[in-house]
Order: sequence, then C-alpha cells, then structure tokens
Amino acid sequence: MNQGGPLLVLALCLLAPLAAGEIFYINVASQILIAAVFAASLNILVGYGGLVSLGHASFFGLAAYAIALLTTRWGYGHFAAILIALLFATLVACVFGAVSLRATGIPFLMITLALGQTLWGVAYRWADLTGGDNGITDVRRPVVLGIDLIEPTAFYLAMVGVLLATMAFLNVFVNSGLGMSLEGARDQPRRMRMLGHGVRMVQWLAFVISGFLAAVSGICFVYYHSYIHPHSLGLATSAEALLMVIAGGVATLAGPLVGAAIVVVFKMVVSAYVTRWVMLLGIVFVLIVIFIPEGVVPGLLRVARRFRVGAK
Amino acid sequence: MSLAFWLVQTLNALALGGLLFLLSAGFSLIFGLMRIANLTHGAYFMLGAYVGLSVLDASWGFFAAVLLGSLAIAVFGAAVQRFILARLGDRVLAQVLVTLGLSFIIADLCLMLWTGDPMQLAAPAVLSRPIEFYGYVFPGYRVFVVAVSLLVAVLLWFLIERTRLGAMVRAAVDDMEMARGMGIRAPRLFTIVFCLGCALAGMGGVLGGPILSVYPGLDAEMLPLALVVVILGGIGSLLGAFIGSFVTGFIYTFGQALLPDFAYVILFLPMIIILMFRPEGLFGEKSG
Repeated sequence: MNQGGPLLVLALCLLAPLAAGEIFYINVASQILIAAVFAASLNILVGYGGLVSLGHASFFGLAAYAIALLTTRWGYGHFAAILIALLFATLVACVFGAVSLRATGIPFLMITLALGQTLWGVAYRWADLTGGDNGITDVRRPVVLGIDLIEPTAFYLAMVGVLLATMAFLNVFVNSGLGMSLEGARDQPRRMRMLGHGVRMVQWLAFVISGFLAAVSGICFVYYHSYIHPHSLGLATSAEALLMVIAGGVATLAGPLVGAAIVVVFKMVVSAYVTRWVMLLGIVFVLIVIFIPEGVVPGLLRVARRFRVGAK
Repeated sequence: MSLAFWLVQTLNALALGGLLFLLSAGFSLIFGLMRIANLTHGAYFMLGAYVGLSVLDASWGFFAAVLLGSLAIAVFGAAVQRFILARLGDRVLAQVLVTLGLSFIIADLCLMLWTGDPMQLAAPAVLSRPIEFYGYVFPGYRVFVVAVSLLVAVLLWFLIERTRLGAMVRAAVDDMEMARGMGIRAPRLFTIVFCLGCALAGMGGVLGGPILSVYPGLDAEMLPLALVVVILGGIGSLLGAFIGSFVTGFIYTFGQALLPDFAYVILFLPMIIILMFRPEGLFGEKSG
C-alpha cells in the first residue's frame, strides 16, 4: 500500500499551525494533538477491540491528577512525576481491565462507566487531597533539554513528537500479532478461543495499553492547561473521546486525529457564541447517530465515492 | 455510637435502597426486554424531581407532584423510544450515543430552566411527622418512601408474574422470535415497558427529592448507583434489582456515615466481588 500520500498530508497539517505563526492557532493545534492521542487510545478498545468503554477518562484524569499532586504538592521533579503518573494510571488500568472484562458488550460498558464515575466522585469529595471542585492549579510545564515548554511553539513541537510516537506505536500494534488477535476477538471470539487464543488475555492487554496511552495524553493535558478539575475524570470527558472516535470513524489510524480536530475546533468555535457546550455535545451525538451512523470520515468517503461514480 | 444512630442509619439505608429500586427496576426491565442500556435513566430521575419541584411550587400538592413527575417522564420516554430508539434496531453503539446524548441534553436543559442551585422538595406535613417507636424517633418521610417502594415492588411482581401483559413480557425476554411468532406485538410491548421504566425513574426522582434534594449532577450520581445495583443483582432480573438496591443502599449509607471520604469506593467492592465469582450477577442468567 502506498503510504506516502497520507504521510505527506499529515506532515503538512502538522506544520500548518507553525506557518500560521499566531500563538492562538498553535495552542489550538496543541489541544487537538492532545485530544487525538486520547481518542487514539480509546480507539484501540472501541475500534479494534469492539469494546465500548465509557470510563476511559479514568486513566486520562488519574495521570493528570498524579502529575498535579506530585509536582505542586509533594515536590517531585517532572521526570520522576511523569514516570510515577504513567505507572500509577497503568496499574489502575490493569485492575479496571481485569474487573470490567469479566463481561463484554453492554455490561462491559456499564462496569467501565460505574468505575469511572467512582473516581469522579472521589475527586469531588476527597477535597483534602484533590481540592474538590476547585481542582489543582499552578502546574508548571517542564524544561526539556534546556527548552522551556512554557513557550507555545516548543510545547506544540513536543506534542507533535508525542502524537507521531503514538501513531507509530499504533501502526506497529495494529499490524502485530496482538493487534490482529484483538480484531479476531472482536469479530469471532468463539473461533479465536477454539484456535487457542486467550481472548480475555488479549483484550486485557489491549485495555492496559489503551489505558497507558490515555495516561500519556492526560499528562500532556495537565501540562497544557496547568490545571486539573474532577470534570476531566468524568463521564462527559469519556463521552467526548468516544465522540471523537466515532466522528473520525472507528478502527482507522487517522480517524481519531480527524475526529479530535473536528470536536476541538467545533467546541472552540461554538463556545464563542453559546455557553451550552454540554447540550450541544448531546445534540451532536443524537444527530450523528441519526444521519451518519458510520462516522464522519467514512460517511464523507461514501458521499465522495457516490459523487465520483456519478461523475463518470 | 448509640443504638439510635444505628437504627436511624438503617432507616436511611432502607429509604435509599427503595429509591434505588424505583430507579433500577425500570432500567433492568428495559434492558431485559430490549437489550438497551438506557443511559438516560439518571437524567430521567433528575428531570422527574425537577418537574415535581415545579408542581409543588404551583402548590398543587405532593401527590400531584409524584403523579405528574412520573407521567411527564413516561410521556417523554415513550416519545424517545418510539421516534428514536425504535429506529436504531440492535445497533449498540448508536443506542449508547443517543441515550447518553439525551442525558446531556436533559441535564443542561435542567440547568437552564431550574438554575444551578440545589433545591429541596418539601415533603407534605402529614408524612414528615416523626414517628415514635419504642421510644426511638424516626423521620416519618423515610418510612413512607420505604413503604411506597415495597408497594411498587409487589405491584411490579404482580404485573410481571400474574398478568397477561407480564406473561407477554416474560415470553419476549425468553425468546423474542418465538414470542413474535405467537402474535405478540413486540413494538407495542417495547413502548409500554419503556414507558413504565421511565415512569418509575421519574417517580423515584420526586420521592427522592425531599431526601436527596435536587441539584445539577444528581443524574451523574444516580446513574452509576443504578448500574451498580443492576450489575450486582443481574441485568434484567427484577428480584436482582430489589436485592441489589437494598444491599447498595446499606453499603452506601453506612459507608458515608463511617468513612465519608471513601463511601464511593466501598460501594464498588461488592460489585467487584460479585463480578469475580458470578459475572452474570446474583440473579442474572448466563448469556451465550
């Protein structure tokens, strides 16, 4: 398959905000990339695994809270804090995965939702630790190799690095034996079991990997905003990521990136005019399901195909 | 801690269990029949409470509030089921998105209409009188809530096990194709059960108002509780929802009284234990 074309498009897209030169655009682009990593992590489960999770913000938010607490309250350096945050969120993903993968389908979704909302509740109520509704403020961005990431362009370039690493990793993952058996477990769990594959094990590994990537984007998120609030652990955040995955088209590598761009830009443009983002998110959900159930990207491709056939 | 403390907490736990039963029985019935996880259920509970609040403000009385609260949600739910959910067939992801999207819309609409301040529904004076029993004093309204939820449980049991409609529901749950072959009109049955489930959620909301009060975020707090109940008891089982509700009510109430910071976490221990040993829930049936 020729991958040159898409890669060129990707490179141009990633460079475009720098060419625009304005800090506003660079910051918007950073937000899109952070959201894209989060959506890509969820896409492992939803797209390739066929496991719809509504608790994915758990790992995103836990890693973010860990960074905030470790660097602002407990005096850890950034490097150590990032390692601990990743380790902690991944360990929680190990436990949540083991619990929720006792079921598949709707019960799986219900368990992930319930587990995720617990963490949300804890973040709200355990105010001594988390600051409750006030959240934790003043998280400073790290200085990497002498470059202070407080500078928007430097931060953006770091995010480009994180995204490219994630995409490269996902490309390897999807084509690996593990990725293939994950898709097999989604489509034909009984046959896979018959062939001697540990379906549960494969799904659990995918859950843990996906939790790890969510933690990565959570860390970027807290550094970007320098602030964390229980909202980032809650159902609305998980649902937003699901919207990105579905808007971009499930089980495609580029889908989450496109979906994240659509949702972040849409949210930004809309927030300038109306304050009712949550209601709009709901309306978008309902409209997408009714009009383009297969996702925006595949939906547009379908329209384009029809157009091309018509032109001939 | 004195005996009075334990007795009052026990009553609180029973009242919360009763409210959870009203909420989760509908959720469970809907899931059992249609295989739809109605994620709007928490929002229906909250909307019911707000509708009840407005009826009380118009001073039509508490019973009108309960009635209109459940009725409003039932009508709304029926419309959603007929015009949106019925068209989606068995596309799970689409159902999840729609029910979740609706819950966001409702939550935000409530915030718009009733502002963000927590509001207390006033229980009627007749019911909120303290009840004295062997020298201990109990809040009367909670006793009333427990009684109502028990009554609803008995009525539901009667409806499902002893009436023609219930027989049709049971047949459709067991084997949808065969039930249709026998001439049961599944679409109508779906709407009726969905309507009933929503009405129960709305009723739970109004009855819960004087205890929990109404505030933005009530939906997000009630939905996971309902999910825990249903996972504990087994999805689709009415008995499971009943037992699960009271177990959850007790754990949550005593957790909050004894370890306030961790009540939310403790709630999940029984769920995790059940999932380890009986993934289908206490009274659920193995699927597949």
